[in-house]
Amino acid sequence: MTRSHKAILALDRVTKTFGRPPFLVKAAQSVSFELHAGQTLALVGESGSGKTTCARLVMQEYTPSEGQLLFKGKPVGPDDAKALAAYRRSVQMIFQDPFASLNPAHTIAYHLRRPLQLHRRELKGRQIDEAVDELLRRVRLDPEIVASRHPHELSGGQRQRVNIARTLAVGAEIIVADEPTSMLDVSVRLGILNLLNEMKRDMKLALLYITHDIATARYVAENIIVMYAGQIVEWGNVNKVIDNPQHPYTRLLLSAVPDPEVRFDDPRAHLKAADVEEVRRLSAIPQDRVVAIEPDHFVRQIAA
Amino acid sequence: MTNPLLSIQNLTIDYVGETADFRAVDDVSFDVAQGEIFGLAGESGCGKSTIAFAISRLHKPPALIRSGRILLEGRDVLDLDQAALRSFRWREVAMVFQSAMNSLNPVLRVEAQFHDVLRTHLGLTRTQARERTAEMLRLVDIPPDRMRDYPHQFSGGMRQRIVIAICLALNPKIVVMDEPTTALDVVVQREILQRINELRRTFGFSVLFITHDLGLMVQFCDRIGIMLAGKLVEQNSAGNIYAQPQHDYTRKLWASFPSLHSADLMKVAAS
Repeated sequence: MTRSHKAILALDRVTKTFGRPPFLVKAAQSVSFELHAGQTLALVGESGSGKTTCARLVMQEYTPSEGQLLFKGKPVGPDDAKALAAYRRSVQMIFQDPFASLNPAHTIAYHLRRPLQLHRRELKGRQIDEAVDELLRRVRLDPEIVASRHPHELSGGQRQRVNIARTLAVGAEIIVADEPTSMLDVSVRLGILNLLNEMKRDMKLALLYITHDIATARYVAENIIVMYAGQIVEWGNVNKVIDNPQHPYTRLLLSAVPDPEVRFDDPRAHLKAADVEEVRRLSAIPQDRVVAIEPDHFVRQIAA
Repeated sequence: MTNPLLSIQNLTIDYVGETADFRAVDDVSFDVAQGEIFGLAGESGCGKSTIAFAISRLHKPPALIRSGRILLEGRDVLDLDQAALRSFRWREVAMVFQSAMNSLNPVLRVEAQFHDVLRTHLGLTRTQARERTAEMLRLVDIPPDRMRDYPHQFSGGMRQRIVIAICLALNPKIVVMDEPTTALDVVVQREILQRINELRRTFGFSVLFITHDLGLMVQFCDRIGIMLAGKLVEQNSAGNIYAQPQHDYTRKLWASFPSLHSADLMKVAAS
């Protein structure tokens, strides 16, 4: 997380807290990461680890308690309305639930026409319809069939494709995808991941992929961040982190991923509750010391 | 298998429609042995949950069992009258639903929810129920003194374990689990399933486990059935489903999982 030269978006030691002492919750503690064009950053961790807080910080839904966001090298604040509007156009989100994120009363064409009318004022009349068709084709949906349909007539995978098309409609540069496939069927999951991969490559999008499924993270991402209790515990190149995990929490997470090679009766598969508790306890203690294991692979020290 | 605990024979279930019926389960037969974990895998809409509901006759109209038999220890579940069904549910077949952690009553203490079940089915008094509750909570690694707490005071994983404890409180012969851990993260999922695996070794109950995560299923189950559009297309031991899938669809299912250990898809995809 040191190459700051061409990052589209950077979080610089951002902390987000909720409540006040003695009930203070640190949802994100001094979190720093960068998003680069044409690259995917995966953010993994269990529920409550702070993944979604990070997504909301990136979406400017939360303002940081400490630290700042740098968009193309410049800090973004709530006081500059014009810059904020440009920011909101560039940063788009894909939600977990494809069934709740489209308006059931409107057609698919309407969902795509609205952002085009708002953000691409130069388009008039027929041009808008053409742009809608082109967007649908780009996410591999047939405009002839899909454009006039309502959301309930589409499957989950198709709806998620519409959501992706909608982010593209406004010309997004950064896409935040919060568990985009966890509610989809296994057989369509891969199609969506491939589509995201393609978008990233062809349109030079920066993708923040939030998940608790570390295997799909490896499939779509170049870099990975493992979070626990609001802290980034390990980060770096996705292959290096997964093949050579250093932090006990990363190891715990990896050992719990379903592996058809190892059955539960096998003692190797056995997680001891006491060990799990210990790892969690140690990982939750705030720590500043960071060690570089190898180039592009960093781990936060744990309390001895 | 000489004497299966649960035997599903030629089960066919339709969802009755205005113009045409939709066949959700089409001539499905399988057996579950005593103490065995049998897995049903498939995509949504393939009929796996419909079977789960039918086993304890919890399916609701428009679902209609057209034909077939569901035998539990040789007794046909479809012949039971209302009174028999009441004692059959929970006592013999318990069920953990997909969002089971949300199936606890938010305004009752955990203790009271155990008592409800224990009083209805076993006629236990409050004191007796409390003892049994403490025993069950210990089994799922929850301190018994927390039985006075309300569901919202527990994490999702703990609530899921409480539901499992309630299910096991009556010593059922078989527990039907419909995607019991999909809403939980991997570490909690592993802890819970590991515990269920130990408990079934101790108490000898069977499990019908339903999920779409094949990798998890192979780890956890003894035998697996793969369903596609209402039909059971393949049935084999867990090891064979992984190492030598016979049906094209099983291979396709495997191919749709990215593997953790390499950037490629599961190796079975290639073969």
